[in-house]
Amino acid sequence: MNTAGLARLRTKAREALRLRANERPVDGYEHHALVCGGTGCISSGCRSVKNALVDEIRKQGLEAKVRVIETGCMGPCNLGPMITVYPDGIFYEKVAAHAVESLVAGHFREGRPVNRLLHRCPDTGKVLARLPEIPFFNRQQRIVLRNCGIIDPLSIEEYIGRDGYAALAQVLNGMTREQVVEEMKKSGLRGRGGAGFPTGLKWQFTLQAPGELKYVVCNGDEGDPGAFMDRSVLEGDPHSVLEGMIIGGYAVGASKGYAYIRAEYPLAIKNFEAAIKSAREMGLLSIDILESGFGFNVEIRVGAGAFVCGEETALLHSIAGKRGEPRPRPPFPAQCGLYDKPTVINNVETWANIAPIILRGGDWYAGIGTGKSKGTKVFALAGKIVNTGLVEVPLGTTLREVVYGIGGGIQNGKSLKAIQSGGPSGGAIPAAYIDTPIDYEALAALDSIMGSGGLIVLDEDSCMVDVARFFMDFVQDESCGKCTPCRIGTRRMLEILTRLTQGRAGKEDVDLLIELANTVRKTALCGLGQTAGNPVLSTTRHYRHEYERHAVEKQCSTGACPMRIGPAQADNAKKQGGRS
Amino acid sequence: MPQQEPLYDHNQLTSYIEAHRGEPASLIQVLSQIQQAAGYLPKPVLVEAADALGLSLTEVYGTASFYAFFIFRPRGRHGIALCNGTACYVKGAAAVKARLEQELGIKAPDTTPDRRFSLDVVRCIGCCALAPVVTVDEDVHAGVDPEKVPGILEQYK
Repeated sequence: MNTAGLARLRTKAREALRLRANERPVDGYEHHALVCGGTGCISSGCRSVKNALVDEIRKQGLEAKVRVIETGCMGPCNLGPMITVYPDGIFYEKVAAHAVESLVAGHFREGRPVNRLLHRCPDTGKVLARLPEIPFFNRQQRIVLRNCGIIDPLSIEEYIGRDGYAALAQVLNGMTREQVVEEMKKSGLRGRGGAGFPTGLKWQFTLQAPGELKYVVCNGDEGDPGAFMDRSVLEGDPHSVLEGMIIGGYAVGASKGYAYIRAEYPLAIKNFEAAIKSAREMGLLSIDILESGFGFNVEIRVGAGAFVCGEETALLHSIAGKRGEPRPRPPFPAQCGLYDKPTVINNVETWANIAPIILRGGDWYAGIGTGKSKGTKVFALAGKIVNTGLVEVPLGTTLREVVYGIGGGIQNGKSLKAIQSGGPSGGAIPAAYIDTPIDYEALAALDSIMGSGGLIVLDEDSCMVDVARFFMDFVQDESCGKCTPCRIGTRRMLEILTRLTQGRAGKEDVDLLIELANTVRKTALCGLGQTAGNPVLSTTRHYRHEYERHAVEKQCSTGACPMRIGPAQADNAKKQGGRS
Repeated sequence: MPQQEPLYDHNQLTSYIEAHRGEPASLIQVLSQIQQAAGYLPKPVLVEAADALGLSLTEVYGTASFYAFFIFRPRGRHGIALCNGTACYVKGAAAVKARLEQELGIKAPDTTPDRRFSLDVVRCIGCCALAPVVTVDEDVHAGVDPEKVPGILEQYK
């Protein structure tokens, strides 16, 4: 296929999608019923709802009028199974299989939406029928998630109908490698995997590195507990990642790419495999893509459950079939990466940003966000929050807007205690900082990080010492053991935190804990160790009084700790010198 | 209850290995395929794999044991995985774990004597919005509390 062929296909595919843009139908259907097939909805039973919908449409003789499409994640995971019906984008939530009959009769046969399945404003009870009326959706700006929940992830035609592979065609027909890199630099895009290194610069280093053979790698490891954006993008819009990788391959002069995806994400692997297959069939992954002379190929490598493999040098070892242990940098992968060749390695979310930046220009992207943090970021909202799920907002949006505006606030009328961002490498941001604009620098100033974008909301029932213990348990378990500070330091920290939560530690232990955290931060080999102390440092900074209470009074005010001892027992414990 | 070795097709496993003969970089791919087919990594097969890929057995074990995904003992017919990611943890995964262990009479990561269930605690399966989450084989059970545990187990014979 050449560029003209792709353009013809796009015109045709776009026609089939007109209904979903609320335009006059031309494909013969009156309705498109989109059923969310994200992992969250699958566990809520969306497959049986979809089957019931297909059966019922047949039973009521409406097959010619209604088309059912299973999409990727729509976002609000707690409302599943959900169905969006076009035109108009009528949103149905928590649809049970037995409600499908009346839905089909009401909406598709009689043309009136079924009131009781529509979304209601939690405060006023007012029905909010259409997607653009619902705060969860209308306060977002979706670039990475542009197709998630709108197209069938297994259909390359639908992706093409949404301008898919148009950026690739543009790049291959008239942009030099340097121009592509320049556009990325102009956009200000920074890596979405955690560290936030400027993507354009990374590409430039790889492009300039000497050597014929270079590689492109997609980091889809996402071992970060509390994050699921990579999973949802790979599941819901795999072609956007694939297209980004091919463009990246052209830009840096690579001909081979690897997508490293966690084994724990079987649907992501399946959908990405399907994307590779259909792109091959169309000649979009070939030795002569769009007759441009540029050839590129992508293979999947399945991760095997090691958090440290998210670290780029460890990931590259893992792709090569070895233990996923990091190595010192420099040399950086841009110079010496996979099989010692120059390698550009970016996160799933970073890759999904590439095509829109090419199509709309780096200046457009740089116009979104704040000073040094450009564009949008996808966040995974979870914990004690009303609306859980995936949201994408411009950087610079406040935590308040995300937690209250989009997330609907705290569950069960409790009060917000902290927002944990960045997973085990991040920290807890106290409720007092709720008006902080989210960007790389602002979070760092609060001893937390953007990380991959997990936001876990903690309410008044959460004990910050216990949360720090939880993360330390995680990192000491996931430490690869190669360097001593991380291997032993995290274990000693875990022991202290465990004693604190059991009422068996004293005040001096808290000081020792902080000293250890700082030492490991300065001396560990890789990002895992260097950030392992962050949950400790942020909680001791912001919640020092809780640590003191655990250490001195041997009490936890939330009751979340295993000790849960009352004041009388605490007295006894004190008499025994704090050891039980 | 007699311990039965699961029947795996040795020829099939050999074919995975042979397809990558002389390619040490394919070790993880090969191990994944073996585990997918056999349910675990049987020692005789690892010996064969080491030989074919041109690695020592210690290198094979060194790599395989590094990853949580690989297991060296046969598992139960149904694999239960309790998610202990942050969201699941703050929403009460610990109580669910205690109940699972009580109902099954084993501790994670073990297999019941009748080989009906294996229990594992895993780190975040990316369903944080539905916490706490337990998976049994391919099924995801969302919003699990200790009272729901017996009902879930009942579904798997």
